[in-house]
Amino acid sequence: MRISRAARVGQYTALLAYLVFLAFPFLWLVSTAFKPPRELGSLHPTWIPKDPTLGNFRQAFDEQPLLHAAFNSLIAALGAAVVAVLIATPMAYVVARRRTRLAKAVTGWVVVSQAFPFVLLIIPLFLVLKNLRLINSVPGLVLVYVVWALPFALWMLAGYVRAVPPELEEAAAVDGAGRVRTLVSVTAPLLAPGIVATGLFAFITAWNEFFFALVLLKTPEKQTLPVVLTHFIGAEGVADLGPLAAAAFLATLPSLVVFAIIQRRITGGMLTGAVKS
Amino acid sequence: MTTVTEAPPPSPPGRRAGRRRSGEDRPRRAVDHGAWFLVLPALIPILVLSAGPLLYGILLAFTDAQSGRTEPTQWIGALNFRDLLHDTLFWESFRIGLVWAVGVTVPQFLLALGLALLLNQDLRLRWLARALAIIPWAMPEVVVGIMWRLVYSPDAGILNETLRDLGMGGGRDWLSGLATALPAVILVGVWAGMPQTTVALLAGLQNTPRELHEAAAVDGAGAWRRFRTVTWPALRPIALAITALNLIWNFNSFALVYVLTSGGPGGRTRLPMLFAYEEAFRYGQFGYAAAMGCVMVAVISIALAVFLAGRLRGGDDT
Repeated sequence: MRISRAARVGQYTALLAYLVFLAFPFLWLVSTAFKPPRELGSLHPTWIPKDPTLGNFRQAFDEQPLLHAAFNSLIAALGAAVVAVLIATPMAYVVARRRTRLAKAVTGWVVVSQAFPFVLLIIPLFLVLKNLRLINSVPGLVLVYVVWALPFALWMLAGYVRAVPPELEEAAAVDGAGRVRTLVSVTAPLLAPGIVATGLFAFITAWNEFFFALVLLKTPEKQTLPVVLTHFIGAEGVADLGPLAAAAFLATLPSLVVFAIIQRRITGGMLTGAVKS
Repeated sequence: MTTVTEAPPPSPPGRRAGRRRSGEDRPRRAVDHGAWFLVLPALIPILVLSAGPLLYGILLAFTDAQSGRTEPTQWIGALNFRDLLHDTLFWESFRIGLVWAVGVTVPQFLLALGLALLLNQDLRLRWLARALAIIPWAMPEVVVGIMWRLVYSPDAGILNETLRDLGMGGGRDWLSGLATALPAVILVGVWAGMPQTTVALLAGLQNTPRELHEAAAVDGAGAWRRFRTVTWPALRPIALAITALNLIWNFNSFALVYVLTSGGPGGRTRLPMLFAYEEAFRYGQFGYAAAMGCVMVAVISIALAVFLAGRLRGGDDT
C-alpha cells in the first residue's frame, strides 16, 4: 500500500512520542540510581550523572535486608510457579480436549476470578492461614500464590494444548501407543515450551506481587522484595531517593530478563485465551 | 501465533475412544472418569483456597469479626451493610475508584490503539517500541510506583525540571497537591497498563485479513474509512474484552497508588481497595471490610453481566 510522505512523517513523530513516553520514567530511575548525594540534592537535576557512583547500591544493601528479601521472593516465586504448573497442566489438558461442563465452569471461573477484589479473599485467607500457623511464612505465601496463579496458568496452558493437533495423538494411538505413552511421548514434548512459558509467567507475577505479601508477611526477615522496597519510603513519605532508586532498579532486573525471553509466548498464550473466551 | 488462535478441527465422534487400550465399544462417557484424577490436583486447591475463602468472606460480612478481639464473633445480619450505606468516606472512595478506573482505562485504550496501529506498520523503530512497551509490563507495580515518585519529586524530579526548562513553572509537589494528586496517579496508571492493552490490540490487528484492507484501498477508501469499515469491526471483540478487564483490574488496583500516595492527600486518591485494606489490617475491622469487598464484588458482577449481555447481543465474538 502506498503511504504519502506527510503520513510517514506523522507516523514517525507519533512513534517517537511513544518511545519518549515509555522510556523516560525508566531512564530516570536508572539515572537516579547512579547519582551521588550531591547531585540528587541539586535543584537542577541532569539526565546523565556527572559523577556516577555505586554508593547508592551499597547504601541500599546496608539499610535494608535486600539479599534476604530477594531470596524470599525467589523461593515464593519458584514454589508458586512449579506447583501451579504441575497441577494446572493435567487439568488444562482435560479442559482443552473435552467440551464438558467442567471445561465451561473452569472458563467461567477464570473470568470471574479476574474480578475478585482481593480484599474479600485475603481476610478469610488471613484467618485460615493464622489458624494453620502459616502467617508470616513464605510457604503460606506460596500456597496463596499457587491458587492465585492457577486461573491464568490454566488459561494459557489450555491454549497451548489446543495448538497440539489431536490428529497427532490419534496417529500415535493408531500405531498402538497407550494413552499414557501418547501423552508422554507425543503431547508433552510439543507442550513443553508452553509449559515453560506459563511457569515463567507465574514466576514473574509472584516475584512482582505486593498485596498478599504485605498482608501475610509481618517481620522483615520473612518479607519479599516488593514489601521491603516500601521500607525505603519513610512513614512521612520522605524517601532517600538514591538507595530507593538503586534497590528498585535491582528488583526489576530479573523480571525484565525473564520477560524479554518469554514475551512472545505470553502474548500468544494470553490471546488464545482471550479469543476463545 | 495465528495457528494457535484457530479452533482445532472437531474430531468425528467416537474416534477418540480408539485411543483406549481396552474395549473400543465402551461408551465414551467411560473415558471421562479417567479425567477426574487429572483435574483434582488443581480443583482441590481452587475449592479450598479460593472458592472457600470467598464464601467465608461473604459470611464474614454479616458478622462483627475483628482482629485480636477476645469475645466471640457475633452474627449481626446486615448491620455492616447498613453502616456502609451511611459511610460517606466509603462512597467517596468508591467514587474515586470509578473516576480512577475510567480515567485510566479510556486514555490507556486510545493510546494503546494508536501504538498498536503504528506497530502494525512497517516502521524502522518498531523493534525498539516493542521492547520498550514490555518494560512497564515486566516491572513490579511497587517499582513503577517508586519510579514515578522519583519523576514527580518536587525538587530532584525530572518532571519539574522539564517544566522549568519549558518555562512553565515547576517546583510543584504533584503527589501532595489536593488537585494534582489524582490526575498524577492516573497518568501512572495509564503508563503502567498500556503494554497489555497494546499487545492485545496488536494481535487483534494481525488477525484481520490484509486482503480486506487492500480491497478497500483499491476501492478508494481513505485511512479513516478503512479503519472504520475494516479494522474496527475485526478488532471490536478484543477491544471490548480488554476494556472490560481493564476497568475491573483498575477498579480493584492497590499497589501502585499505595506506593505513590498511600491514598493521600486527604483521601483524594484513596481507592476502595486501599480503604478496605486500612479498615481490615490497620483498624482490624474484618467484618466491615468484608462487607466493602462484597459491595465491590456486587457492583463489578452487575457491570460484568451488563457487559456480557451487550457482547452477546453484539453477535459473533468467537
